[in-house]
Amino acid sequence: MKPGAGRGLVEINVEECKGCGLCTDACIPKVLRLSASLNRYGYHPVEYEGRGCSGCGLCFVVCPEPGALRVLKLAA
Amino acid sequence: MANYTTVHEKSPVFYPEYERKSEARGQTHYCPGCGHGIAHKLLAQAIDDLGIQDRTILVSPVGCSVFAYYYFDTGNIQAAHGRAPAVASAVKRARPGSIVISYQGDGDLAAIGSAEILHAANRGENITVLFVNNAIYGMTGGQMAPTTLLGHKSTTTPFGRNAVNDGYPLRVAETLSVLDGPVYIERVALGNAKQILQAGRAVRRALENQVKGLGFSLVEILSPCPTIWKLDAHQAQQHVREGLSSVFKPGVYCDRTKEAVPRPEPKPGPALTGIPRILGIELNEGASAAPVAAASVDLRIRIAGFGGQGVLMLGQVLAEAGMDAGLDVSWLPSYGPEMRSGTSNCHVRISSRPVDSPLVTRPAVLLALNEPSLRKFISSVEPGGLVMYNGREVPGDCRRPDVDLLARPFTEIADELGEPRAGNIVMLGALLRRIEGIPDASVDRALARVVKTQRWLEIDRKAIARGREVCHVS
Ligand SMILES: Cc1ncc(C[n+]2csc(CCOP(=O)(O)OP(=O)(O)O)c2C)c(N)n1
Ligand code: SF4
Ligand code: SF4
Ligand code: SF4
Repeated sequence: MKPGAGRGLVEINVEECKGCGLCTDACIPKVLRLSASLNRYGYHPVEYEGRGCSGCGLCFVVCPEPGALRVLKLAA
Repeated sequence: MANYTTVHEKSPVFYPEYERKSEARGQTHYCPGCGHGIAHKLLAQAIDDLGIQDRTILVSPVGCSVFAYYYFDTGNIQAAHGRAPAVASAVKRARPGSIVISYQGDGDLAAIGSAEILHAANRGENITVLFVNNAIYGMTGGQMAPTTLLGHKSTTTPFGRNAVNDGYPLRVAETLSVLDGPVYIERVALGNAKQILQAGRAVRRALENQVKGLGFSLVEILSPCPTIWKLDAHQAQQHVREGLSSVFKPGVYCDRTKEAVPRPEPKPGPALTGIPRILGIELNEGASAAPVAAASVDLRIRIAGFGGQGVLMLGQVLAEAGMDAGLDVSWLPSYGPEMRSGTSNCHVRISSRPVDSPLVTRPAVLLALNEPSLRKFISSVEPGGLVMYNGREVPGDCRRPDVDLLARPFTEIADELGEPRAGNIVMLGALLRRIEGIPDASVDRALARVVKTQRWLEIDRKAIARGREVCHVS
């Protein structure tokens, strides 16, 4: 584990994300933000800052797209 | 990054790819921030948790979620607008082992489908209803729904919904909760993560109730529609939390799950072969098992006349006879609201191949029991076809050189037999002389099935015999 990467990890499927931003609202440590680039459907997909994710899963809970996010957690 | 394990990912209840459009196989068709996607995820999660994917049948509605079947790897049916609870009831009764879910929007459930949901709930059908209430017609571009909030400007309430003109927001969860039928009704909201987690628990309970056989469960889900509300996803979520939730209060409105007794599994229906006996029909085993009709039959018949002339019955006897002969048949009546004296007509198909459409728009045979019907349908008859007309002669302006015309005063002939109302059956006798493929014995059995009294059966048998003669004499 990279130092400071966090207990959790979030993987984003940029082609399924519609850039609604609901996950960025829900994320408590605020480690998600909308990307400046566009995906192939013309949305700004969300991106992970790369550190600080707690693995709480709230982003997944509020996301309307079934396959946009995957949340992982460091095994105990 | 060795030791990370997945805690949340796309549910296996969704297809890995959606076949809806070749260019968008990874995305749903919902707008960014739409609550339907979240409701879908909650449903998928509950189905997966309960291990019922293989026996789940989802009935999707008309509305933005009409395409739910592209996403859920379950059994799927798409119902007509508002009818999902009726379809779900039927599916559940026919397949009691399956888990049947009616997924509906508020236009679908609370407007056009208000009768279906009311009665399914009142019957306590053992189904689960997910009612996605976004307080607007989404798919059609934002007309007022019964659930639209007062003051809300929609395309059909451009100055805002006004109770005097448009009535009040319909509280579905409360309304259905006064019934004795439902076991569980809860209203939840998709206004933030906390509300969504609660919604997930409610959806799961509603499904679990069905698995246990407890009866009717409904979850009303207050859901964002950012596009029509003209809000961004964030503001729409807030409106769910603050606007919608203040008028439609989240909470459990009905919970009889503790006292509910699991419904007995319906007894299996009768075997197909037992149905004729239940209906009191005597089947001629030989006839239905081995078709005795000609090998290649394709009769497309239109019968038309006044109501009361026996137009529909004539068609019925023909279709029954065809069926008795082991052929595929259809009989499609078409008539006005009048019981007598209006016009009526029917379409009959009798075929040695499966009948694709019951409509006969280009008949090979036209039986016209009066002049208006002859005038109306003569031009539709295919060249080389047969036209029988109940009259002494075909009016000059109705003649067609390319069809076989036979005019006889069938009603008068029947009158001579003592019953003018048997004119239709005299015509049938005449027709049977001209067509092939339906054995006499089948016609006789069909008559016996359709005609209810012995007196009429005797009259009709005479009428058929007479019809054959008058046709022959030609
Ligand atoms: C019989 C019939 N009438 C009208 C329509 C047009 N129509 C399509 S969707 C819809 C309203 C759907 O609204 P709602 O149930 O609230 O679902 P949403 O789109 O908001 O999810 C209507 C009226 C139709 N398809 N069929
Ligand atoms: S909530 Fe989902 S769709 Fe919306 S921005 Fe986040 S990942 Fe993308
Ligand atoms: S899992 Fe929690 S902390 Fe990590 S990105 Fe998602 S919301 Fe943020
Ligand atoms: S119109 Fe509304 S309900 Fe329909 S997909 Fe868009 S946001 Fe969802």
